[in-house]
Amino acid sequence: MKKRFLKPTEDPLWLRLFLGAVAIAFIAILLLLPLALVFKEAFANGIGAFWTAIKEPDTLASVRLSLIAAGIAVPLNMVFGIAAAWCITKYDFPGKTFLVTLIDLPFSVSPVVAGLIYVLVFGAQGWFGRSLADNNIHILFAVPGIVLATIFVTFPFVARELIPLMADQGRDEEEAAATLGATGFQTFLRVTLPNIKWGLLYGVLLCNARALGEFGAVSVVSGHIRGVTNTMPLHVQLLYDNYDYPGAFTVAALLAMLALLTLALKSLLEWRYADELAAAHRH
Amino acid sequence: MSLTVDSVAKKFGRFPALNGASFVAPQGGFVSLLGPSGSGKTTLLRILGGLEFADSGSVRFADLNWLDMPARTRNAGFVFQQYALFKHMTVADNIAFGLKVRPRNRRPSSADIHKRVTELLDLVQLSGLEARYPSQLSGGQRQRVALARALAIEPRMLLLDEPFGALDAKVRKELRTDLRRIHDHAGVTTVFVTHDQEEAFAVADLVAVMKDGRIEQYGAPADVRRNPKTAFVSEFLSA
Repeated sequence: MKKRFLKPTEDPLWLRLFLGAVAIAFIAILLLLPLALVFKEAFANGIGAFWTAIKEPDTLASVRLSLIAAGIAVPLNMVFGIAAAWCITKYDFPGKTFLVTLIDLPFSVSPVVAGLIYVLVFGAQGWFGRSLADNNIHILFAVPGIVLATIFVTFPFVARELIPLMADQGRDEEEAAATLGATGFQTFLRVTLPNIKWGLLYGVLLCNARALGEFGAVSVVSGHIRGVTNTMPLHVQLLYDNYDYPGAFTVAALLAMLALLTLALKSLLEWRYADELAAAHRH
Repeated sequence: MSLTVDSVAKKFGRFPALNGASFVAPQGGFVSLLGPSGSGKTTLLRILGGLEFADSGSVRFADLNWLDMPARTRNAGFVFQQYALFKHMTVADNIAFGLKVRPRNRRPSSADIHKRVTELLDLVQLSGLEARYPSQLSGGQRQRVALARALAIEPRMLLLDEPFGALDAKVRKELRTDLRRIHDHAGVTTVFVTHDQEEAFAVADLVAVMKDGRIEQYGAPADVRRNPKTAFVSEFLSA
């Protein structure tokens, strides 16, 4: 009988089964089970109760505020991200590494600290507090503060997605376009943008998911005024703290659905444009 | 109407890439910049194309203060070693690019653009491939597209940076014969960078042998071969 050898990269069956079981158990207990519980609690009293909880004015206000914050933060960060990635990958200048580090700052700083920065700058005792109050401009504990905090926290997503992609593509095509007489704007529109569009969309999706879900930074600047400055994540906490478990789980389920939708879109993109996205993650 | 390169120098950080390179080429001439890697030939070519900026020195071409013009207005066709084709455009759209981005008053009609693209495809012997994407072409075909794209803008000058460096020997020979034919047909002043002396001598009217950012010897291929002026040139040519 011919003896079957293991391939150099093949592990014994028991090890493969064991590792597989560990991974599945891990995902089931830490990810799937909680998610299922959120939906179970949200729909515990039937779909009618779910709708009633959503139609609660304060809940609707929190949904609206979250959408406004994401609706402003995501397009702005798309523009900032493209601009940052463009100047980092297409030009050489001193201090470039420092700029890349700065872009990563919101990832490394705790969101609470990010929120506190805005309190220090715009708060009543902050740098601009007095002059803002004199001119009756409200940033802290109002919508502008929430938008600013969301922008800060979600800033790196688009830039981080684009920088490796654009660095990988180099400057050849842009140089070719310049020698052929294209202006900077024509080059961007006709050459750069088509090359980065899927990476850009991917970054925007991630940015959007985080913008809707951001808790820490927004919590510091929001002031938690029910129906006025509560975003969806903050509203979940408020309802939960007030022992309104069905309400809390309903909003949580809504947030989870938005996250799952983002995930589905992301997977669709990854499946459809695997090659182009692979270039973005090679580094 | 000649090309006069005078004492062009360029440093990258502290590394001197060009140490005062000078040569004169007649209108419609075909010059090869020949030298080992690091000799500054690509830097000089990129300065001529407006893709790098010289620290000092001057270039005059057809009474134009060449170095004061941005790449966009020089109307110098550039062919890159790695083709630099627009990946997301068809062959036809690649070739038409330089015409489509012209300001409206100088832009040919789409019928004229189509006609020009067809002519150029014929010139580089790629008729019938206009709807392909660059990824569906061989290396030699890609470089033909790049050449057609550079010629589409009716360039005042044609600049080629090791255009055949990534191709095999047989395709290289075919392409350089075609390049010479196209040059003679269009009569455009051409500067061609290569580290392959056989290629340089076969294709050019004038050869500039470069070393350490300077031009060691400049002249007709036969003269350079017969009378190498420095030890470096004779060594490089016998290698």
